[in-house]
Amino acid sequence: MYAFEYERATDQKHAVKKFESYDAPRYLAGGQTLLASMKMRLAQPDALIDLGRVASLKEMNVDPAGISLGAMVSHSTIAQSHEVQQTAPWLSDLAKGIGDRMVRHRGTLGGSLANSDPAADWPAAALALEATIVTDRREIAATDFFQGMFMTALEPSELIVAVRFPQARRAAYAKFRNPASRYAVVGVFVAELQHGVRVAVTGAGPCVFRVPEMEQALVQSFQPSSIEGLHPLFGDLNNDMHASAEYRAHLISVFARRAITSAIHRA
Amino acid sequence: MRVHIKVNQVQRDCEVESRALLSDLLRDNLRLTGTHRGCDTAQCGACTVHLDGVAVKSCQVLAVQADGSDVVTIEGLAGADGQLHPMQQAFSECHALQCGFCTPGMVMSGVDLLRTHPRPDTATIREALEGNLCRCTGYVNIVEAIRVCADRMAAKGV
Repeated sequence: MYAFEYERATDQKHAVKKFESYDAPRYLAGGQTLLASMKMRLAQPDALIDLGRVASLKEMNVDPAGISLGAMVSHSTIAQSHEVQQTAPWLSDLAKGIGDRMVRHRGTLGGSLANSDPAADWPAAALALEATIVTDRREIAATDFFQGMFMTALEPSELIVAVRFPQARRAAYAKFRNPASRYAVVGVFVAELQHGVRVAVTGAGPCVFRVPEMEQALVQSFQPSSIEGLHPLFGDLNNDMHASAEYRAHLISVFARRAITSAIHRA
Repeated sequence: MRVHIKVNQVQRDCEVESRALLSDLLRDNLRLTGTHRGCDTAQCGACTVHLDGVAVKSCQVLAVQADGSDVVTIEGLAGADGQLHPMQQAFSECHALQCGFCTPGMVMSGVDLLRTHPRPDTATIREALEGNLCRCTGYVNIVEAIRVCADRMAAKGV
């Protein structure tokens, strides 16, 4: 890994100020993606602004209307939180399935969203649950947040502070893991909200996306059989050594049905 | 940069580059070579240590991030009198190592699992070892060792 300046932020303002004093800095959250990218020289920041000691980014607030999770809350904390398990088990279940035990201890919700990896799990939950991404300067709807492969609506120094997940009637996430890397080849998050159904897919495109034809069918009847034969056009899907676009389209249909089934059985 | 860090109950003070990994600090500065560099890409888990009470891959944490923290490595598990930790004892008795390269990481992961799941079933143990690779493929005895250790510790009430 190339040399870089290291700055340890003490609070949010300090983090942003430090960030703005460099040419090509990056915020360092859990580091489970960024440090690996730096070793491979896919990322070469001139400075890392470490958010690890900013206490305000680790707050969690669970109430019946919804859950607010600080950007620096780890996957493991979300997976193990009894309050989250009680209120929104679909979030703790998703967190439980990320990476491995050691990665979950370090990796964070905010880091995952800010990176917007095409195969990341959290973007699917954020988009399907119509989460709000709260930053140091504004609130961004998940619908507007994910803009492409590793691209988000965040401005260069903008810092994710927390993520608000509104309460769903029922929801679940199901994914097909690559047998070696364990990343989602396809992951589908299905949520029945107060005002409609959302189906968000990760792993299959340049970034997370919704499947409106499935959503409309599920509004009529929230059953796996409702989406039989429906899948996104595979011309738009990722086609790589791990899975063809056609296979991914098939997996979306299969894993959407699995997610619907587990949402029904849990409720 | 200066890093003040407690390793295996001893306060240490190290000079490192900002890009040094926690695994570099442990192995190169402190000569605690029981923490193995396997892949250096957070795949294999051979470098697993406990950082402030939880298992992490020390090749995926900067040494400077661990400033002020409490670290336990494989060298810190046994008692001061040399008595093996029950997990180490169980690995030895169950023949849970072949070449031994993955063993420090496996043991540290096993101990971390019992912290949250004192009586794990086989599926839970296997899931918890997702981030530890054994290229001798000796998983059966590794899983067995963790189960034996859990049974013993539960019986003793520790």
